[in-house]
Amino acid sequence: MKIIKTCLTAIISSVMIFSPMAYADKWSDQFPHIKATGDIPGECSYESMSKKNYKGKTLKINTHAVPVMGEPTALHAEQFAKLTGAKVDVTHTPAGDLYAKAMVPFQAGQAPYDIVFGFSNFINDWRRYLEPVPKKYVEMKQMQDVTPSHIGVASWDGVMYQFPVDGDRHYLKYRKDVIDNPEMQKKYKAETGKELRVPQTWKEYGEIAKFFNGWDWDGDGEPEYGSAEVMKKDDLMYAAFYSRSAAYSKNPKTPGGFFFDLKTMKPLINNPGFVEALTDWVEATKYVPPGGINFGLGDEIGSFGGGQTLFSFSWDDAFVAAMQPDSPINNKVGAAQLPGAMKVWNRQSNSWDEGFNQAPFFVWGWAVGVAKKSKEKEMAFDYLCFFANEANHQADIGIGRFGVNPFRNDDFKVDVWTQIGWDKDIAQSYVDTLAQMEESKNRVFPLRVPGTFEFNAALATAASKALAGQLSPQAALDEAAKQWEDILNRVGKDNVRKAYAVGVAMEDNKL
Amino acid sequence: MNFKHKYIFLFPGLFVLIGILIFPIIFTIRLSLSGWNSYTPEMNFIGITNYIRLFTDDPRFWESFFRLSFLSVTTVILQYIIGFALALIVWREIKFKRFFRVIFLIPMMTTPVIMTVIWRTFFHESLGPVNDLLGHIGIGPILWLSDPVIAKFTVIIVEVWQWTPFMFLLLLAGLLSLPKEPFLAAAIDGASTFRKFVYVTFPLMAPISIGAIIIRLIEASKIMDTVFVLTSGGPGTATETSSFYIYIKGLREFQMGYAATLSFTYLVIMIISLTIIAKVLTKLMIKE
Repeated sequence: MKIIKTCLTAIISSVMIFSPMAYADKWSDQFPHIKATGDIPGECSYESMSKKNYKGKTLKINTHAVPVMGEPTALHAEQFAKLTGAKVDVTHTPAGDLYAKAMVPFQAGQAPYDIVFGFSNFINDWRRYLEPVPKKYVEMKQMQDVTPSHIGVASWDGVMYQFPVDGDRHYLKYRKDVIDNPEMQKKYKAETGKELRVPQTWKEYGEIAKFFNGWDWDGDGEPEYGSAEVMKKDDLMYAAFYSRSAAYSKNPKTPGGFFFDLKTMKPLINNPGFVEALTDWVEATKYVPPGGINFGLGDEIGSFGGGQTLFSFSWDDAFVAAMQPDSPINNKVGAAQLPGAMKVWNRQSNSWDEGFNQAPFFVWGWAVGVAKKSKEKEMAFDYLCFFANEANHQADIGIGRFGVNPFRNDDFKVDVWTQIGWDKDIAQSYVDTLAQMEESKNRVFPLRVPGTFEFNAALATAASKALAGQLSPQAALDEAAKQWEDILNRVGKDNVRKAYAVGVAMEDNKL
Repeated sequence: MNFKHKYIFLFPGLFVLIGILIFPIIFTIRLSLSGWNSYTPEMNFIGITNYIRLFTDDPRFWESFFRLSFLSVTTVILQYIIGFALALIVWREIKFKRFFRVIFLIPMMTTPVIMTVIWRTFFHESLGPVNDLLGHIGIGPILWLSDPVIAKFTVIIVEVWQWTPFMFLLLLAGLLSLPKEPFLAAAIDGASTFRKFVYVTFPLMAPISIGAIIIRLIEASKIMDTVFVLTSGGPGTATETSSFYIYIKGLREFQMGYAATLSFTYLVIMIISLTIIAKVLTKLMIKE
């Protein structure tokens, strides 16, 4: 009897232990994209989706161009179609046109697309045309794992309008094989008298970048450079500028606004903190690769990922791309929080507060919503839920060109990254960096107010004039601040204040 | 006899004219008097507010307009000179004449956006082949796209490469249609090649030249794709042209009303300036 009991227990245990794997294999055979994990049970897993029947229905999606976000959209559309019988039409649109392509039909009361991809900072303009994410999806297990920051980014006043598919922040990427190299450390110390380490401040970043600029420090026969940054006007450069400005201007002692003073709605972007950041940035034009002043995001990813520069800072994509097996700098990179500053501007006392300050920037990222006028809302949300299910998400975040970045608590586990071939210490530095940013109480969130595009474009134009030497940093930011005042007058101060208050509450840790 | 029914036959053409020309212009004018943007998505009426803003508070538009004038005049002059020279070469009896005629036309037959992407790759300061080649002879790196002055000339190079064939084609057609008698008379008088060109070819080609220059000026003044792909108007605003600026205001920042104001103003300025240019060219090039 005891033997029978033991055998029975063993059989039951085996079934319980191995059944998920057998179950996983069934789907990963058909869909090699998830071969590393197989299907992972959940409300929107492959298994669950296979039980849906959308035969005869068509889902229309407008997404970004291939590969960033466009490739995973198309891939998951194909998988979704196979599983559910739906027809899925995917349209690819350049990043600069995503806003208008959705906005024109939105304003005309039409819904040519059921699902529209864009950036998370579109939320204020788009939310009136988007269907809030239904409760059943918000309460799903896979949604419970999304970090509070990214729930906040996808929501407006507590209502989720964007389905979380991506998590974005700016952080520092550096060549670990150089910074940790004892010979380089010795050389740097001998020539500068300073320690070579991961830069703690933007000034230190500049000093190290300048030292490693224009000579062949990796022995490949080509000169390398200090830093690759997004400096091209109208190509997201405003985000890079905010990243450089946060340490100088986001003072934890003066809550109530980073971009504007919430009380008066006076633009803050020409205060000495921002000017200091722009002055640093103008200096950075001396240690970027030739033509670096014209680098867009793709150039920055290619430059750092191709081993051309020592530093870079922007979205995760460059880091993940650099860590892919085919990268020339695979397992030679490290991640750290954005550098800080040894002083931060205090707008209340109108003076610098001395001391170290650091402020992570939760830059906007990819966002997606379902059109309010869509006739296929249920199918649309099912597709998005499937897109972001555990198995797809784990596979997607390991592919740099996909542009899908961590936004779930599970993503901050080292194992997730070592499984795809990352060295343990690199994976640790990566997840530590992301986790520290989540824990920070001095964060900056993107501007999400009516007229966001106008504000950011005015800032980018002014900053690019300073980078090109057309204006001094102070004059450039004064010009931007003047334009911000004009935009405020056009949009209405109260309209902007009302929207900006939501972001300020997040920054001031009140949401 | 009552011929009033003949007007019925005008209606199809009239409808097309209204649909594709009159209506868009009237709509643009109406739009320019509205504040339609991302946060006020309606055709409200705000009078001439947008026009006041343009004329009193938008130096960027005027800067982009003067930059455009420089770029379009320079590129068209260069295209005219090179196009005329190439047309004169293949106008003569030379070997492989047909082959050269086709070769000279190839740039115009390619897609501008694709070719600009290729040019951008060529001129990439750190990864492109142009600086690499120049580096072998000790020159550079030249900041083709990131120096405010050089970037303008890079745009000019690409535009001249792309559109000189068009000028070449028009001028070659003109040369082939010239009467032979004046050339025979000049030859009998013993005129040199240079004199034949100055006193016979060039004056005879003047009407065609004016037409070609005006057509190219109209096209060049709409320059958008080259700037968009090559420099995005940068560095700073160094290569930003009017059409690119209007695109940014309309489709990037979604200020539809203001973009319509810019478009309509730009249209009026272009009509006036091209009319003046045509008159001046006629006066300078066609002698009574």
